Amino acid sequence: MELIRYALDNLDLLTSRTIEHIALVGVAVGLATLTGVPIGIAITKNERVARAVLYVASIIVTVPSIALFGIMIPVLSLIGQGIGYLPAVIAVLLYSQLPIIRNTYTAIHNVDPALREAARGIGMSQNQRLRMVEIPLAVPVIMAGVRTAVVLNIGVMAIAAYIGAGGLGTFISRGISQSDPRQLIVGAVAVSLLAIIVDYSLLAIQKRLTPRGMERAAETA
Amino acid sequence: MIRLDNLTKVFDTPKGPVTAADHITMEVPSGEICILLGPSGCGKTTTLKMVNRIIRPTSGKVFINGEDTTGLDTQDLRRSIGYVIQQIGLFPNMTIEENITVVPRLLGWDKARYQERARELMRMIALEPDAFLKRYPSELSGGQQQRIGVARALAADPPVMLMDEPFGAIDPINRAVIQDEFLKMQQALKKTIMFVSHDIDEAIKMGDRVAVFREGRLVQYSTPDDLLAAPRNAFVESFLGEDRALKRLNLVKVREVVSDEIGTVRPGDTLEQALARIDDFGYQNSILMVNDKHQPVGLITRALARTTKGYCRDHFQNVPATVTLEDDLRKVASLMFAQDTTWLPCVDDEGRVCGQITQRAMTHHLGSRFRPTQEDDTPIPDAATRE
Amino acid sequence: MPIQRLKGVLRILLLIAVFLGGVWSQSSGVIDDFRFYLPDVQYLTVQHLWLTAVSGGLAILVAIPLGIALSRPSMVRFAESAMQVLNVGTTIPTLAVLALSMSFLGIGTVPAVFGLFVATLLPIARNTYAGLKGVSPALMEAAAGIGMSPTQRLLKVELPNALYVIFAGIRTALTINVGTVPLAFLIGAGGLGELIFTGIDLYDPVMMLAGAIPTALLAIVVDALVSTTAFVVVPRGVNPSRA
Repeated sequence: MELIRYALDNLDLLTSRTIEHIALVGVAVGLATLTGVPIGIAITKNERVARAVLYVASIIVTVPSIALFGIMIPVLSLIGQGIGYLPAVIAVLLYSQLPIIRNTYTAIHNVDPALREAARGIGMSQNQRLRMVEIPLAVPVIMAGVRTAVVLNIGVMAIAAYIGAGGLGTFISRGISQSDPRQLIVGAVAVSLLAIIVDYSLLAIQKRLTPRGMERAAETA
Repeated sequence: MIRLDNLTKVFDTPKGPVTAADHITMEVPSGEICILLGPSGCGKTTTLKMVNRIIRPTSGKVFINGEDTTGLDTQDLRRSIGYVIQQIGLFPNMTIEENITVVPRLLGWDKARYQERARELMRMIALEPDAFLKRYPSELSGGQQQRIGVARALAADPPVMLMDEPFGAIDPINRAVIQDEFLKMQQALKKTIMFVSHDIDEAIKMGDRVAVFREGRLVQYSTPDDLLAAPRNAFVESFLGEDRALKRLNLVKVREVVSDEIGTVRPGDTLEQALARIDDFGYQNSILMVNDKHQPVGLITRALARTTKGYCRDHFQNVPATVTLEDDLRKVASLMFAQDTTWLPCVDDEGRVCGQITQRAMTHHLGSRFRPTQEDDTPIPDAATRE
Repeated sequence: MPIQRLKGVLRILLLIAVFLGGVWSQSSGVIDDFRFYLPDVQYLTVQHLWLTAVSGGLAILVAIPLGIALSRPSMVRFAESAMQVLNVGTTIPTLAVLALSMSFLGIGTVPAVFGLFVATLLPIARNTYAGLKGVSPALMEAAAGIGMSPTQRLLKVELPNALYVIFAGIRTALTINVGTVPLAFLIGAGGLGELIFTGIDLYDPVMMLAGAIPTALLAIVVDALVSTTAFVVVPRGVNPSRA
């Protein structure tokens, strides 16, 4: 009861923190999509480059977010941005690359060779093939990558509260430092619910973006 | 017309260069289907795919309707050639209509024109336009999908088509149906077609000409009947199979073997007269009885005519079977075996008797052109492999 | 060829950067600052690894049998809903898991280990289940057809064929685990997070890096160790990375 009262009393703050959280993750993953998808498409041209790019991206994801912050802060301090939005957004951008690049690459790479040959055989140029066949087929898989990135980074953004980026993590950090279980639990539950709800909404969007003729194929992907 | 001039493809593999197609020179006349036939790895698919540059030739030229295609833009070239592949390759993200109209759209046709074209093509391949155009490939059976694949290739009405084992992935029953449909369409469309197959029966059925490949070389290029009657060497002969003489039965029509001389009797004739005619014509067992319209109505057997008195109309047996001038000899042979007879009456479109076909005439016809190969396992001389 | 040349140029630039970095750090005394933290780093790394080992080890011991149990035919009715719960669970951020653990169990090593255990458990159980369910039905039918008992099928057919996917789950889970351990400091369990968070609070870059760099290296090393183990342990015939 006490928890609910606390949440209701602080509804304004909770709402603004949630919006902040979503906005930061949204902007960063949005930017990451703008870079990741073209990179994913570009690396289908050369398998060795693809392997190198995916390897680097997977190493980046392996680095724990708090360690990444710890490394970025001293570097960004040089331009006076050590604490705040910037390191958080950069971290989200970096972490989003792997799922988005990997899914784009895999989806385009795995387009049935017969389709590619048919497209070539009827006289599509490389760009037409990409636009009319390969990208439409890859969209659901790319969207799945975006979804993974968003869910992953909602968690990263929660930790970013410790470097002053705001968001729902602030409740958790204050809860811990002030030994206030109300803030702690409200923050933890809110960020968990946010992740779950966003995951399901993006799944719904992903299904809607799947061309009707491919529903069966998309389920196995 | 498609003409290949010394078309050659050498692949660089880790094990060194491999010649997949070696100086292929051949010509497919306008309006004909040419089957490229051979075992896997013989170079038939490589040769086909060099025509629309899915595989880039190492050397040699391709001429289409007399024009050297070497200087043409690859995409323009491909859009002017219909292309059908075994895996069909319908785009799963597009509706049937979008799939069929993809080439016209690439060519920049206006909407009304390509939509009308889609409906026309659907009627041509005997699929109801309203029921299918808005559906997706995954909702169709394999046979239906390949019909759409053919329609897509025909969409911009290209004079030339390339087909890479187009019906290979379809079950045998549907394959026969789709082959027949395609031949019927071809009679009207008169496309110039190159068609890869590894199935000798399909080659004989579909091809106006057959080009047999082996290890990157064109071994023999002739009509199906010539191929079966006179295979150039032991390889071709073994590829055609030991029953190649029987396969020719498919290719020969009754019209080519029929003898228009046939003795008949009327229902009003006596059995005595019938016996005399049987002897006159030198028939072994029986003579055909026809009505006033000269349609076959019965058989009078020699044994009966010799032992019985009376009129033919009271003592005839049923006619076991008749054949038409357009039937092939395979059907005739099958009927003869089933009915235990050595001859069958032949009727015209109105059902009037116009001749007869005998087992002897058939074997004579086939045998007169049948030649066993000259050389046995001797190496193939160069002159024989290069046309 | 241009790629080759580019690589060469990059390599030279990298060497120059490392050299300049070394010169700078020597001249500014950063190296001495780092040396100051060395004993802390050693102590905390051991603590860090200990937390990972205990929570990760427990998670593997529980998650794999759990995944196996859920994949049994008799569990079909619960399996789907259980997987739903696991799926939802894996979307919950690790910080939230730790925070919730703390709010119920208090401060110290136990709530930290428990939180890490839960966060690690979910991906492993999920992959174990998915891996076992992914074994081709034809294979299962063949195994049953030649007279294998259910236990034999599990040990000789299902597990070997699912092993690659199971290892992928363990790898993801342990990487998450190592990356989450620094957060455990927040609820009083120690580990390299102590240097990072204290460094952030005091705005001491050297302290931050003294915690962050070993944490990053630790994660990369653990990830590499698990993937190497998978490479060696998973039979060649069903190991895509060895194909």
